[in-house]
Amino acid sequence: MTSTVYQGELHHLQKTLMAQYYSELTASAEGNGVPAAYLLIGGNPVEILRAFDILPVYPEVNALQLAVKKQALEHIQSAEEMGYSTDNCAYVKADVGLYFAGRKTPFATIPEPSLLLCNYVGCNVYLHWFDHLAEYSKRPNFHLDIPFIRTKSGAPTKDDMTYVMRQLHDLIGVCEGITGKRLDEDRLRHAVALSSQTGALWSKIKHLTKRTPAPYDAYFDSVTMMAPLYCLRGTEQGLAFFEAALAEYDRAVVDAAGNPPRQDFRYVIEGPPPWPYLRVFRDMFARWNAVAVASTYSTVGGLWEFGFTHDPDHPLESIAEHLLRWNLTNRNFLQRYDQIAQYLEEWNADGLVIHSVKSCRLFSAGQGDMRDYFTKRGIPTLLVESDLEDPRYFSEAQMRTRIDAFFESLAHRKLTAAGQA
Amino acid sequence: MKYAAGVDVGSTQTKCVIVDATGTIVARSLTDTGANVVRAAERSFDEGLTAAGLDRDAIACVVGTGYGRFKVTFGDLQITEISCHAKGACSAFPNTRTVIDMGGQDAKGIKVCDGEVLDFVMNDKCAAGTGRFLASAAEVLGVSLDDLGGLSLQGRNPVRLSTVCTVFVESDIMAYLAQGKKVPDILRGIHNAIASRTVALTRRVGIESEVTFTGGVSRNFGMVRALEERLGLTLNVSDDAHFMGAYGAAMFARERAELLTKGAVA
Repeated sequence: MTSTVYQGELHHLQKTLMAQYYSELTASAEGNGVPAAYLLIGGNPVEILRAFDILPVYPEVNALQLAVKKQALEHIQSAEEMGYSTDNCAYVKADVGLYFAGRKTPFATIPEPSLLLCNYVGCNVYLHWFDHLAEYSKRPNFHLDIPFIRTKSGAPTKDDMTYVMRQLHDLIGVCEGITGKRLDEDRLRHAVALSSQTGALWSKIKHLTKRTPAPYDAYFDSVTMMAPLYCLRGTEQGLAFFEAALAEYDRAVVDAAGNPPRQDFRYVIEGPPPWPYLRVFRDMFARWNAVAVASTYSTVGGLWEFGFTHDPDHPLESIAEHLLRWNLTNRNFLQRYDQIAQYLEEWNADGLVIHSVKSCRLFSAGQGDMRDYFTKRGIPTLLVESDLEDPRYFSEAQMRTRIDAFFESLAHRKLTAAGQA
Repeated sequence: MKYAAGVDVGSTQTKCVIVDATGTIVARSLTDTGANVVRAAERSFDEGLTAAGLDRDAIACVVGTGYGRFKVTFGDLQITEISCHAKGACSAFPNTRTVIDMGGQDAKGIKVCDGEVLDFVMNDKCAAGTGRFLASAAEVLGVSLDDLGGLSLQGRNPVRLSTVCTVFVESDIMAYLAQGKKVPDILRGIHNAIASRTVALTRRVGIESEVTFTGGVSRNFGMVRALEERLGLTLNVSDDAHFMGAYGAAMFARERAELLTKGAVA
């Protein structure tokens, strides 16, 4: 079976910029004195860290990079030897295993944390993950308690905002303690302004896949771009990357008009990819000339395509809004349904694929109902399951059969619809 | 057109069906898949040709299906067993709306309309409720696979199985034997447990009558009865239920051969 080449100029720029980022992490690990804070992707408030020159470290990003490089399993297994359950989140186990293996990866040496910033407490396991890291590293853990959205409109209440704002002020105090510097409000505003511009570019990029043909794959290309979106957001490099990305995809739109790529199916996808088998999984869709036009996983860190923008005139308020309202992880299931329905309609998709994660019950529980919800509304929906990090849960033959059967049936529907037209 | 063939390379057995221009089955063959999947597919096809008394040239199109479908190196096309079981079931029973397929390592529920797949569900990475589960139980009890169904129907007080795990079922059975439970009662309990799991799985796509039961396990009359009791309706079970994937593949091959004859496809 042939595999496809997916690397463009942007891929090389990303490699260069991420290598710089990782070299900064390694320099910190080797004792250059730059502090590092571990934080979580969901609604990441990275701008505050950038204002203090604290390096952001995302254990989830490190874990998935290990998985892509097929080096996660040894760390997962060493965490299991410590007593972590086989059912436990594989991101957690890969990270804990990595921590006790000296934090050395093929891409960087991850520094010890100066601060553990648990900015997503909606996942009970994540809460304990950072508690464990605090215990192992003997460094402070700051729990940023973000209430779930409980209003019908999806907007946070005034009390929610006040509650989170107070915590952000507390967090600033903690950062001042670690760095010995007072907050420079201009630097914060600058980081937030860079995030605002980056988010606007990302939003434009996300809307490009409404076009037929889509100029890029909004799952496989988008999820890989999450690394610069989180690790480099709030910096000049991050902004430069997304300027280059928009330019490349604008060119792709023009190229596609002259020489349209074959795209037989457009689909929306929910859930993270199986990182250890990213290429294999991608090829399973590529052989059907299927393109993802939208993905929910690429909105875990932020929902810019639905109108969110950071506001440099109200930096902390917009960071609080980002944490509360504008990221997928803090949304309830009905909001998640609405988001997918909007993608299906406005991005003009033929069907929905749900990739459920065995070791993440928080995100995956309810996806059976999600499948039923869309099936009952006449949307062809496929639910497959493996894992985002643990290669032991991926069965290539079973996965291929399900995906092939889904597209066989979609192909027939299209044929029937064309016959009736 | 001449004849068309379907080769279904399953995890346990490889099946071949040859149909004529009217879609009537003219030959079928069955062989163990074993370790050499390419060879199993070739062997099955050769045996099918021999049974039909045909040369390779008489076959206008071959469709490969099953987990080893990409190993049917002489095939013209590969189609999943999900689509092929649906096609086979609807060709044998045109009013089929739901297909339940139980094979060596898969259990599937397929919702169909006019022979086409609308929706499907399968067991995930676990052989619970499949042919392999029954084979494990048969081995522990020293009963041949052919006798399983009949013996299970003699059970009057079926045991309640706490697991449908193919690995743990052995210790469960040993525990029941130690308690002095009769073999037919244990077997009936096993059949009920699988039926319950399979019906629950199939309900996810919605069960509509008529329901057609396909796959190797459909040869087990005890399982047919257990499913019927659970569903409260009569199942369509063809004499060729075991070959339904290969039959569906052959029917797809026949359609393609017709299109080739008309010059509609290259």
